[in-house]
Amino acid sequence: MTNSPFTPGLASGRLAAEDYASNFGDLHDPLDDHEALVAADRCYFCHDAPCMTACPTDIDIPLFIRQIATGTPEAAARTILSQNILGGMCARVCPTETLCEEVCVREVAEGKPVIIGQLQRYATDKLMEAGVHPFTRAAATGKKVAVVGAGPAGLSCAHRLAMKGHDVDLYDARPKGGGLNEYGIAAYKTVNGFAGAEVDWLMQIGGITLHTGKALGTDLSLNALKADYDAVFLGMGLGGVNALRAEGEDKSGVSDAVDFISDLRQSEDLSSLPVGRNVVVIGGGMTAVDAAVQSKLLGAENVTILYRRSRAEMPASRFEQDLAASKGVRLVFNAKPVRVTGNGAAQAVEAEYTVSGPDGLKGTGETFTIPADQVLKAIGQTLEGAPDALTIEGGKIAVTGPGRTSVAGVWAGGDCASGGEDLTVTAVAEGRDAAEDIHASLTGA
Amino acid sequence: MADLTTNFIGIKSPNPFWLASAPPTDKEYNVRRAFEAGWGGVVWKTLGEEGPPVVNVNGPRYGAIWGADRRLLGLNNIELITDRPLEVNLEEMTRVKKDYPDRALIASLMVPVNEDSWKAILDRVIETGCDGVELNFGCPHGMSERGMGSAVGQVPEYVGQVTEWCKKHSDLPVIVKLTPNITDIRKPAQAAKDGGADAVSLINTINSITSVDLDLFAPEPTIDGKGAHGGYCGPAVKPIALNMVAEISRSPSLAGLPISGIGGVTTWRDAAEFMALGAGNVQVCTAAMTYGFKIVQEMISGLSQYMDEKGFTSTSELVGRAVPNCSDWQHLNLNYVSKARIDQDACIKCGRCYAACEDTSHQAITMSEDRVFDVDDSECVACNLCVNVCPVEGCITMEQLAPGTVDERTGKVVEKDYANWTTHPNNPGSCAAE
Ligand SMILES: Cc1cc2nc3c(=O)[nH]c(=O)nc-3n(C[C@H](O)[C@H](O)[C@H](O)COP(=O)(O)OP(=O)(O)OC[C@H]3O[C@@H](n4cnc5c(N)ncnc54)[C@H](O)[C@@H]3O)c2cc1C
Ligand SMILES: Cc1cc2nc3c(=O)[nH]c(=O)nc-3n(C[C@H](O)[C@H](O)[C@H](O)COP(=O)(O)O)c2cc1C
Ligand code: SF4
Ligand code: SF4
Ligand code: SF4
Repeated sequence: MTNSPFTPGLASGRLAAEDYASNFGDLHDPLDDHEALVAADRCYFCHDAPCMTACPTDIDIPLFIRQIATGTPEAAARTILSQNILGGMCARVCPTETLCEEVCVREVAEGKPVIIGQLQRYATDKLMEAGVHPFTRAAATGKKVAVVGAGPAGLSCAHRLAMKGHDVDLYDARPKGGGLNEYGIAAYKTVNGFAGAEVDWLMQIGGITLHTGKALGTDLSLNALKADYDAVFLGMGLGGVNALRAEGEDKSGVSDAVDFISDLRQSEDLSSLPVGRNVVVIGGGMTAVDAAVQSKLLGAENVTILYRRSRAEMPASRFEQDLAASKGVRLVFNAKPVRVTGNGAAQAVEAEYTVSGPDGLKGTGETFTIPADQVLKAIGQTLEGAPDALTIEGGKIAVTGPGRTSVAGVWAGGDCASGGEDLTVTAVAEGRDAAEDIHASLTGA
Repeated sequence: MADLTTNFIGIKSPNPFWLASAPPTDKEYNVRRAFEAGWGGVVWKTLGEEGPPVVNVNGPRYGAIWGADRRLLGLNNIELITDRPLEVNLEEMTRVKKDYPDRALIASLMVPVNEDSWKAILDRVIETGCDGVELNFGCPHGMSERGMGSAVGQVPEYVGQVTEWCKKHSDLPVIVKLTPNITDIRKPAQAAKDGGADAVSLINTINSITSVDLDLFAPEPTIDGKGAHGGYCGPAVKPIALNMVAEISRSPSLAGLPISGIGGVTTWRDAAEFMALGAGNVQVCTAAMTYGFKIVQEMISGLSQYMDEKGFTSTSELVGRAVPNCSDWQHLNLNYVSKARIDQDACIKCGRCYAACEDTSHQAITMSEDRVFDVDDSECVACNLCVNVCPVEGCITMEQLAPGTVDERTGKVVEKDYANWTTHPNNPGSCAAE
């Protein structure tokens, strides 16, 4: 270790080797059998359970928890995976505090929900550790479907289609499948290469051929896909990023948070990743929190999140905010960046306080300066490379019902499509539902 | 703090909480510690005849069922009577009684059904200075195969006979411990009374198989691939024990026969319930085996507080207080009408009441789009199932309809006069109204 958190500028190796390992370990230790039984016992097996309604993939939560409680976690896993084939990943990354656990009646009663996410992980881990793939394919239909994007939406769609007996070609521009599971989700939420292992496990269904390094727009065209396949599903996520439009954005040390995270996720050796001594993250979503927390975990001395609106308006949940605070990240609300200063390389961010009034957000005129040798922009991702033929609405591919686009024979789901929150679990639900609709339209069922 | 001193058939103890004859009372070491912890008395682990003691299995002797958080609800055992020599037990009892003169010490006995055997053991036991004897006619496994325990308890004539011998050969108070493995508990109780018993104690354990090992296909606990039925006890048996105690208390020919209540007593409240149904004191086994001797402290503080709140100055004021209210179905007031009421502030919207009523009962709970649960008085028969399945205590209650109001279910005005099945027009054997 030649560097420390106090080394100025961008530097790698700020921590001792063992600190990287412990900093990037599991956010929640997996439940052991005893803990799972105790936790499962707390579920009341509610009628028309609120938790189930809150789950975008409608997992039968009371049923799977009862299956854990009665000593059959493998059956519980089947219950989960039959609704949500990425139930393993969702168990790790879902913001349960704003989904199922928020409405659990024991949250209402005692402020302590049944820990649904962790129980879901317990069950799915048991099944996946045993190497079991619990689904088989229906008789071949002879139909072929192209799925573009091997993120949660595309994977979920492909799996459901394969199960129904269709053959799927799954195309992705990146060298690996998984989408943001592989390139975006915070490292401590999905340790030990889980994202890749889950993709391999999912592919065991058969009938899905993954083609990596194939981008729609350059290597593939929508017209060709339409001609060669019986149906097309687009699950290409949001590949672009918003510009900051602040002076000095071009200085070195300023970059997109998603790229920073993607490098981190793909790194074989975290000690080789440079990180600033003073990091400023701009934005208020999950990406901002993840970038900030992970910079801190890489050894940055000071990390600040600048969010232009109030705490209440912050898209990152309170749990995420508290997680950031617990790692030593400073949260500054109602402040927006005015310029990045420095001589070639970033040295500081000048920011201005804001108030929101009747005609939107306004600067108060009062400014302050935060030292910053690294500035990470996390101000939202945008749709990029959507085929021109499709109607776009609010920056996303317009869809109706189960992912039908404006073009017949083309479906879309996940972050790239309109409707729903930008979450892994929502993408899974949309991919699955589109697959069902594609299946119905191909078979006349 | 109310005075809990109890006089049970002339045997005084500082409180009505005795340890039942079982592993907690198996030896001097345990009993001394139990007395230090505050137990009012012990019934020593059942003694057998002089000579080589019985042997126990060397594998598991307990099986159990559990509730949430693995709370032990029912315990089953295949243990026999004491497996230590009679001489050793008697010496220990003598020493303990000498050191704890204010505590009750009862000898539990089980020997073959002949007068000499009973006379012989009584002669030995009297020398210990113990306060009384309890005749174990209850043990339902092992000993019963040898013609003792419940094999005696199930035949009222034997019960009466042995009781007579015991009264004849000693001056000690005799408590007859009854087995619940019988159709009508009043028969052996009557036999005990007629034989001169000073009291009965009940219940001993219930024949049971707690579970089956689904790999070995054998009952648990499993000994080398086989299992035998055992005796069931703990919280799960309390309702059965309470009913048996009440049957004896209510029986005119048994009225006044002192009862030591046993079976699932776990808290002060359980004890108070047994006493209200006529038990002069209680005996505890499983609760102590689950949580240790210290639980008696909660029993003592809880019962004292309750008695203070009720203004009772002696446990005898509690004993039997609920007996006059133990009735038969045919005498229950059919003009008493109530309806379920849901406290919306307490409700956590789990929907369990709805599922229970909708799927299995009277379709009397409504559920709105936004999960508000309400009672439909025109369907509610006041069965209480919703109260029983609701996870929030006190959230659903039963409210009596005042006489004069209309019961929306029947469309009839609630009458204020008492009327039961015996006089009901639908009763073919209706005896009034003519
Ligand atoms: C940093 C970060 C952290 C997040 N954390 C969480 C979290 O903790 N919990 C949570 O629920 N959600 C989280 N999200 C959101 C979540 O990751 C997304 O909602 C989810 O991945 C969307 O799935 P998708 O399949 O629609 O898109 P993506 O996962 O983005 O997958 C799209 C795939 O399409 C490919 N692709 C793109 N363009 C083309 C093209 N032209 N041709 C071929 N392939 C293409 C991409 O390479 C990619 O593999 C996070 C997002 C980010 C950015
Ligand atoms: C392991 C075990 C051994 C027992 N041994 C005896 C015994 O030797 N003599 C006896 O009269 N009752 C015996 N019993 C029955 C108890 O004294 C008591 O009647 C029964 O357990 C019900 O009370 P509880 O629910 O508080 O446990 C035994 C019970 C258990 C669990
Ligand atoms: S809301 Fe909570 S208690 Fe009810 S079924 Fe869901 S997890 Fe169980
Ligand atoms: S309770 Fe004690 S004697 Fe019984 S099995 Fe456990 S350790 Fe052995
Ligand atoms: S069971 Fe109780 S808590 Fe649950 S919905 Fe009914 S009244 Fe409410």
